[in-house]
Amino acid sequence: MYLLEHQAKELIAERGVSVPGGRLADTPGKAEDIAKSLSSEKFVIKSQIAAGGRGLAGGVKFASTPREARNLAAEMLGSRLVTSQTGPEGELVDQVFVEPALLAERELYIAVVVDQRSARPTLLAARSGGNQFEKSARENPDMVKTLTLDSDGGASASEIERFLSQFGIGGEACEDAARQARICIGAFRDYEALLIEINPLIITPDQRAVAVDAKIIIDANAVPRNPLLDRLDLVDSMKPEERLARDNDVNFLMLDGNIGVVVNGAGLGLATHDMIIDHGGKPANFMDIRTTTGSFQIAKVVQMLIERRNIDVLLVNIHGGGMTVCDTVAEALNFAYSRSSRKLPIIYRAAGQNASWARSIMKDRALPFEEFDSMLAAVARAVEVARGGIGK
Amino acid sequence: MTILADSKTRVIVQGMTGRAGTFYSDAAIRYGSKYVAGVRPGKGGRHHLGLPMFNSVSEAAEAANADASLVVVPAYQAASAIIESIEAEIGLIVCITERVPIHDMVRVKHVLDGSRSELVGPNSQGVLVPGQCKIGVVPTSAAQPGKVGIISRSASLTSEIVAQTSMAGLGQSAIVGIGGDPIHGIGFRRCLELFREDPDTEGVILIGEIGGLEEEEAAEYIADGQFGKPVAALIVGRHAPDERRMGHAGTLSVLEGGSARAKCEILEDAGALVARHADDVVPRLRGALGA
Repeated sequence: MYLLEHQAKELIAERGVSVPGGRLADTPGKAEDIAKSLSSEKFVIKSQIAAGGRGLAGGVKFASTPREARNLAAEMLGSRLVTSQTGPEGELVDQVFVEPALLAERELYIAVVVDQRSARPTLLAARSGGNQFEKSARENPDMVKTLTLDSDGGASASEIERFLSQFGIGGEACEDAARQARICIGAFRDYEALLIEINPLIITPDQRAVAVDAKIIIDANAVPRNPLLDRLDLVDSMKPEERLARDNDVNFLMLDGNIGVVVNGAGLGLATHDMIIDHGGKPANFMDIRTTTGSFQIAKVVQMLIERRNIDVLLVNIHGGGMTVCDTVAEALNFAYSRSSRKLPIIYRAAGQNASWARSIMKDRALPFEEFDSMLAAVARAVEVARGGIGK
Repeated sequence: MTILADSKTRVIVQGMTGRAGTFYSDAAIRYGSKYVAGVRPGKGGRHHLGLPMFNSVSEAAEAANADASLVVVPAYQAASAIIESIEAEIGLIVCITERVPIHDMVRVKHVLDGSRSELVGPNSQGVLVPGQCKIGVVPTSAAQPGKVGIISRSASLTSEIVAQTSMAGLGQSAIVGIGGDPIHGIGFRRCLELFREDPDTEGVILIGEIGGLEEEEAAEYIADGQFGKPVAALIVGRHAPDERRMGHAGTLSVLEGGSARAKCEILEDAGALVARHADDVVPRLRGALGA
């Protein structure tokens, strides 16, 4: 679960991390007032959405006067910001964070994650941060150094200081950066985070370290027991369709194509997704029906899919296993189609547990389906139908 | 020979009396696996599915001489359940529980390090040795004893590939789902080491996906030439949207493992046969085996 920037900053600031000290605005007027109240010559206006990639997408802008802060806030508020992490529809900006823009002598990248190789909390750091960090780290992975921590997240201040001193900082600045990194490590453990990232952590001309941006992602699996649950209004950045699916035990992502996809399992879902795109088709969604999901739950998600006007065909690819058996999905299709007036053609392929029973249900309920034995044949046909091919 | 389990493996179940525990234990027993006891605090002395229940793993392990434990408990109890089995020195622990918090798994891995146990999972479909032993949720109807080892990070796609290998007349020596979570027990590399020593396994199918380091570690192992058996790999998620998660925990950022394309390349360079799509992997291996 992704915290908004201002929430992340609040959480680490109350533990002693230095932040620039901004405030939230939900109108252009408030943004102007906040800028006026800050003793700074330059301001930064930051869209508060629960996704990264804001800087490159125009979601973070600088203003030289309170008036300009107002104008920038007016542009951002109410708009939908599309970044590399939001999906094509973007996210609505309903709040901006107005902060003083600080002068940086140096910029570092620091983050705390659980390293997959060692299965230990790990501090990551690099010599330079900023909005190009992901790109440069991808091109040059060696720029990111790691400090493996104890399983309980423990690390001494001097150890962290020694680690950070390799990034061209020293003296007071390094001591201050290490102190703040150590606080982030504690917060990472206490809040059961998947990621705490400070990008950038700047060193000001007077040798203080300040977290100019902060990102915290909480482990969704730990949210019900998370100590933050009572205090933070945890934002739910899911689209309504995705929320409906989640509430019905289906993993689901809305995409922008016209082939609706009904699949069980993440692996089979990804394999189907790859195959559709390799054939020149465009999936409307990604679906992973979880093992314990029942037919009424699946039906709700299928119904939502078939009622979307931009979807032209439904591709069903099921491999019945231990608990999700094929007839569960066939019943779900039947429920969904009996509740909707939209009779989208179904390209159907089901194998494994109860496949023949599922076929009899499909036939008996007279669903508009065309059946195929192999994934490949079904996908090829779905792409053809989606293009307006024969049989549409 | 097989890997991890065989017809003699004595299995206990942690959380046997729950809905999923009952369902999967019953299916495994009917398949012919040797399940010997169940564990559930407070139910010691009773019976469930005809098997004696115990309050703790150590009691069950001692009384029933257990080799393996299947963990089917709610997510927040999974770490303690696994650790209880590690401390009781159970040789094979299979955890099928989904959505175990990652910080709990950090704790589990710390205890697991240097222990006598092999952990499969969590969020795993478990282990199936066709005709001998089922510990987990791998569907058995399409499986048949044979010569292909299957290792995988996902369940439904594995069922699909199992069915295809049976249809091709190859069958399976063992099927191991290592699970879809970022922090987990046994990995592809360790499975390959085990399959290398198993004379019944003639080739391996590896089913991987975006994110994590499993495929990279497997490639390192294959590349050094020691494995000596053909490996066909299917890596899914080549077209997954860059930074959004699909189902499994997947990849959080570039720092946590490679793209599907990078994994395909690195496996190909290591000498694996990389399938173009899900219907291509079995023919690839079949060709290499000359079957």
